[in-house]
Amino acid sequence: MYQHHSAQLPDGKRLHLQQGPIDLIIAAEGTETEVQKAFEQANLVFDGLLARLVLDLGALRSPYSADLLVHGDVAQRMVRAVAPFASQFVTPMAAVAGSVADHVCQHICKTCDLTKLYVNNGGDIALFLASGESYRVGLVADVEQPDLNGTIDITADQGIGGIASSGWKGRSHSFGIADTVTVLADCAAEADVAATLIANAVNLPACDKITRQPAHSLDLDSDLGERLVTVDVKRLSADEVEEALSAGEAQAQEYLAQGLIKACALTLQGSTRVVGTMCLPTILQSTQLNQLEGAQL
Amino acid sequence: MTEQEKNSVVQCDACPVRCRIKFGRAGACDRYANLDGELARVDPLVIVERAKKDGEKLIPFLSKEHEWSGDIVVADQHFVTAVGAGTTYPDYKPAPFIVSSEVNGIDMVTVVTEGIFSYCGVKIKIDTDRHLGHEQATVRCEGEAVGHVTTGEYGSQMLSLGGVEHLTGGSKKEGRVTCQCLLDLCNGQAVTLNVDDGVEIVVQAGQPPIINGVKEERMRVGCGSATIGMFAKQWRDHVDDVVVVDDHITGVMSEHQAGKLLDVEPSGIVIKGRRSTPGRYFQVASPGTGWGGTDIDDPLSILGDFKEKEAKPGQSLLMVSTTGEHFGYFELDDTLKPVEKELPDELKASVMRIQENCEPAMCSVMFIGGAGGSLRAGVTENPVKLTKSVKDTLTHVTSGGADVFIWPGGGITYMVDVTTMPENSFGYVPTPALVAPIEFSMRLDDYQALGGHMDSVQKLEDVLAATKIRQVGQNQEASWPMASKHYEWGPEG
Ligand code: SF4
Repeated sequence: MYQHHSAQLPDGKRLHLQQGPIDLIIAAEGTETEVQKAFEQANLVFDGLLARLVLDLGALRSPYSADLLVHGDVAQRMVRAVAPFASQFVTPMAAVAGSVADHVCQHICKTCDLTKLYVNNGGDIALFLASGESYRVGLVADVEQPDLNGTIDITADQGIGGIASSGWKGRSHSFGIADTVTVLADCAAEADVAATLIANAVNLPACDKITRQPAHSLDLDSDLGERLVTVDVKRLSADEVEEALSAGEAQAQEYLAQGLIKACALTLQGSTRVVGTMCLPTILQSTQLNQLEGAQL
Repeated sequence: MTEQEKNSVVQCDACPVRCRIKFGRAGACDRYANLDGELARVDPLVIVERAKKDGEKLIPFLSKEHEWSGDIVVADQHFVTAVGAGTTYPDYKPAPFIVSSEVNGIDMVTVVTEGIFSYCGVKIKIDTDRHLGHEQATVRCEGEAVGHVTTGEYGSQMLSLGGVEHLTGGSKKEGRVTCQCLLDLCNGQAVTLNVDDGVEIVVQAGQPPIINGVKEERMRVGCGSATIGMFAKQWRDHVDDVVVVDDHITGVMSEHQAGKLLDVEPSGIVIKGRRSTPGRYFQVASPGTGWGGTDIDDPLSILGDFKEKEAKPGQSLLMVSTTGEHFGYFELDDTLKPVEKELPDELKASVMRIQENCEPAMCSVMFIGGAGGSLRAGVTENPVKLTKSVKDTLTHVTSGGADVFIWPGGGITYMVDVTTMPENSFGYVPTPALVAPIEFSMRLDDYQALGGHMDSVQKLEDVLAATKIRQVGQNQEASWPMASKHYEWGPEG
């Protein structure tokens, strides 16, 4: 009975696929026939994807361990993506949005001959660039007023395959207080996990300006169980902002050194830090940039 | 709120995730929520942004990057639709949004609400001559009765689905399946239906029907007799006789009035159906999915032996269906038996012409619903005044910003072509009933005169600024809801 929603946008270059919590915008460039083929393939690979993912949901919501058994393609991708991060608590659900984006993106790349492709899953983006191509990524500071606050140029030789964002105001719960952490990495799944964990690390464990609640009191099905997640953050002092950002930055530096991410931007109440100089610096200096929420292509 | 309510959890079954949603929270997709212990759809409000004059198409889609871009709002270019507005049912509270804006110097208000319709359904027109099932036959979805085959129209079969009998009058499962079926059809999804003693058909608004696994390409140009009338002139110099096979009226050129006028000789042909007037035959075969909506695969099966007195060996015969999809060319041998031959080029052209003249077959889905007393009470303190104001064209009704047809008579019962509405305009409540957007636009002083909820009127700019907004372009085919021509006081009113 469940069918996914599929519609090509009027510009002819983008396809919108949606089912339940998965919302994909897919943009392909290449010859007209290859673009059409890409959209057909996208529909094919998306068909039943969520239903299969749901079969493994129980295992995917449990903390990572090396012997976690899942069956579906996307589910296995999620488990693989969290493995290198598993020195701390993490469940494969931290990689869900990015893994879906990667899965669809890689399937299309395998079957079609394109020059550029992105699969944007609600802000977690998998992308492909043929040699010599580039994407200009716009960044939105505030979802409530989504103006374009800056751009990043991503070129094929940088080897960036994924962009993801996380923050306590987003759809999934966070232990931390970052407004947004945006990560560029080899693939969207790794970017997704890294963004989640770095956003968790932006934190002030003993600060009474932060209200927390057990995750399951908000969402019965949460993979975070009884752990406390952030539900409100009051105005912090400048020192507190710096302290929290530094904690997150240290975590990001560690991932950068391990080669798990390529670059990261962290924002909290108007302050921004950038880790990995690769492509971010120019735009994120802006002091008005108080909330870097989601990336727009 | 009681303790029990606070603890109430609803399960959403709109997708395989099947979220268990706590009181006041939303599911994983943010599209469904537990509002007051009931499952409800919570899409952001839809703004139909008036399409630029030189023709941007409808941008029927919901994504973060197309939410309000921060543009300065120009009042006569934005119209707030009720998609995602939520509803006040069954309370007599004001509708969720009463928005005022100035259009051409006139203060206009639009009362925006999502109506819960348990009296609602869809009428589906399916362009096909194929027999789908007998009139009144039950139409099923997943085995449950969801409606019936109703009176056929020209070149099309009609289905009537939904309605209160199926939504709430039958078993729980019947109601649930009917609701899902209507919801999917209204939101432009494909739905598979089975007609008792008839076909399996896949219906999707704006798409060709798929009948027993075969996609219907064209709708016929006319009945068999009408086709003879249209094409006899092109045929008479190239073939001795033509039979246009049709489930309704099969036509024979040599006997038909059109053939007689062109001095076509009798060919000695014998048709097995019931003769109506010369050259027109009813019931040459049973209805089916073969030639021209009949059940035949071999066209010769409708012919008797040729009459020896009139038929001559070598005589030619074209048999063709009303859409030109099926055709065969025959010549009589020495024993006057038709033998299939290749279709000569001149005739090929005429068969092609029949095909060309058949419009693409399509399914159209019209939502029909009636705005009940409590919905109208959300608009004004005196519901019947609203009905009157609509009939007097002081108030213009739209659904998701799209044009509607209002039935004459009591109440406000309207029909709307679902393809003219923004994407995913419909929702449902577990009652089960459909949730559809409905907007009432009128002059501010007319609203006051109606006994409108003046205290609840908000400025358009404030709604745009304060609420999560999904912005879509205006559908080119629909007229601008606030254009003065819709109103009694307008230029032609
Ligand atoms: S709330 Fe959304 S994600 Fe959850 S079951 Fe319903 S449709 Fe699926």
